[in-house]
Amino acid sequence: MGYSGFRVIREGLRRRTGWTPVWRDPAPQSEYDVVIIGGGGHGLSTAYYLAKEHGITNVAVLEKGYLGGGNVGRNTTIVRANYLLPGNSEFYSHSLKLWEGMEQDLNYNTMMSQRGVLSLVHSDGQRDAFVRRGNMMISQGDDAELLDREGVRALVPLIDFDNPRFPVYGGLLHRRGGTARHDAVAWGYARAADRRGVDLIQNCEVTGIDIEGGAVRGVQTTRGPIRAKKVAIVVAGRSSQVAAMAGMRLPIESHVLQAFVSEGLKPILDTVVSFGMGHFYISQSDKGGLVFGGDLDFYASYAGRGNLPMAEHVMEAAMTLMPAIGKARVLRSWGGIMDMSPDGSPIIDTTDTAGLFLNCGWCYGGFKAVPASGFATAHLIATGQPHAPAARFRLDRFRTGRGLLDEEGTGSQHNLH
Amino acid sequence: MRLPCPLCGDRDRREFYYQGAAVTLNRPAPEADADAWDAYLHLRDNPAGETRDLWYHEAGCGAWIMVTRNTLTHEVLGAELIEGVPA
Repeated sequence: MGYSGFRVIREGLRRRTGWTPVWRDPAPQSEYDVVIIGGGGHGLSTAYYLAKEHGITNVAVLEKGYLGGGNVGRNTTIVRANYLLPGNSEFYSHSLKLWEGMEQDLNYNTMMSQRGVLSLVHSDGQRDAFVRRGNMMISQGDDAELLDREGVRALVPLIDFDNPRFPVYGGLLHRRGGTARHDAVAWGYARAADRRGVDLIQNCEVTGIDIEGGAVRGVQTTRGPIRAKKVAIVVAGRSSQVAAMAGMRLPIESHVLQAFVSEGLKPILDTVVSFGMGHFYISQSDKGGLVFGGDLDFYASYAGRGNLPMAEHVMEAAMTLMPAIGKARVLRSWGGIMDMSPDGSPIIDTTDTAGLFLNCGWCYGGFKAVPASGFATAHLIATGQPHAPAARFRLDRFRTGRGLLDEEGTGSQHNLH
Repeated sequence: MRLPCPLCGDRDRREFYYQGAAVTLNRPAPEADADAWDAYLHLRDNPAGETRDLWYHEAGCGAWIMVTRNTLTHEVLGAELIEGVPA
C-alpha cells in the first residue's frame, strides 16, 4: 500500500492499526537470476533498478547483518554533484537527478533537502581553482555560483571570517546539493525493491562464490547454497574479503573515516559548509544536531572506530571555522570502513569470471552515489555494457594507467586519498 | 594508537607517516611485466585481521619500520626496522 499524507492522517485516526511490515522476510530460494551480495545503499538500489528499469525481478539481496547496517547508516548524509573530472562529473550529475526524483519514484520520504553545499575559499589560488570547478559543473548541466565574502556572510554568519590563517574570501555554492536522511534511503530502496518482487534476505552471510569453467554458478551462504546466473559484489567495507572468494585481489585498502554529531541545537546552520583547507565539513540535521567530519585516519583499519588524533584535528578545524560551536557538546562519534581505491574513484565493472560483477572503491563518497551506482550496476548486470555516465569506472585502469580518475590531483597511490 | 619504534620505544601514532602495506618492500625487477607492477603498486590483500604495514618515524628517529598489527582491533603486535626484514 502506498504512503501518503492522507494515509498518515487516516492511520492516526484508526489508532495506527493499518500499518504492515515494510518489506517481506523471505527464506532464500535455491536459485535466482541475479544475486546481489550486500544489502546496503548500493546493493538495494541495484536490486531496485534491476526490477524497475530492466524487468529482472527474480533477484535476491543477501545481507550478512541487517539492511542498511553498514556505511549507508554511518555517513554524514551529504548529496552533491560538484565534481570536476570527466567520468566523475557526468556520473554524479546523473546521481543528483535521481536524488531529485527519488521520493516520488520510491514513494518514500527520504527527507531530501536541497539546502546547498558551500565550499569555502581562503586564497586567490583556491578561488581560481573553484572558478574552474564551477565552470565544469555548469558545463555538465549542474549549478554553481561563486560567492564573494559578503555573499558567504549572508548565508553563514557563524563563520570566523577574519581568521588569521584562513580568512574567508568567498565560496562556491552548489544550491542543488544538500542532505538526505541516510537510513531512509536504504529503507526506501529496500521497500521499493521488495514491492517489485526482489527477495531481501538478512542474516545471510556469503561464505563462498561458486565458479565453474570461468563462470559464476552461485554462492555459498550461512543459510545454504544459492544458485545464480549472475552475482554482483556490492559490499563496500568488505570488498577485498568477498572478492577473494572469487580468487580476486583488488586495488583496495580499507580505511576508517570518522564522523561526529553534537547535541541538538536550535537552527543555526541551514546549508552544508565544506572547509576544505581544514579537511572539515559540517551541516545541521533536521533534529538539530551538528553533523561533521574530517579526513581519514590514514591507515588500514576495519575497526569501525577511529583514533584520537583525527578526532582532535576535526575539533580544531571546527573551532577554527566556527568558534561559536565550541559551546555545543559532542554527542557521539563513530567510524565507517572505507574501501579506498588508489585514485580515489570507484569501480563498477565486470570481472574475469563470467557473470560476476564488481561494485566497490567508493572511498569516502559513496552516499551521494547510491542512486546512480545502483542504476549503473543494474544496467551492467542486465545488458553486459557499462551505463554511459559510469563507463569510466573500470577495474583495469590501475593496471593500464589509462583513465585514472584522480579527482584530488594527489596521485594514484594507496596512501594519498 | 601507539607504535613501538625499535629505536625510540612506544611513541604516539602522530609521529609516524603511514606508507601502506608491507607488500611495497618486494619491488619487482624493472623489466617485470605490467601485472607484477600492478600487484606491487595497486593490488592489496587488505586483510581484516593481522596485517603488516610500513611506517616512517617522521617526527622521531627517521627510521622506516614494519609494524605488525590487527586491523580489526588496532592492537599493535610488534615492529621491526625494515633493514632487518628479509626481502
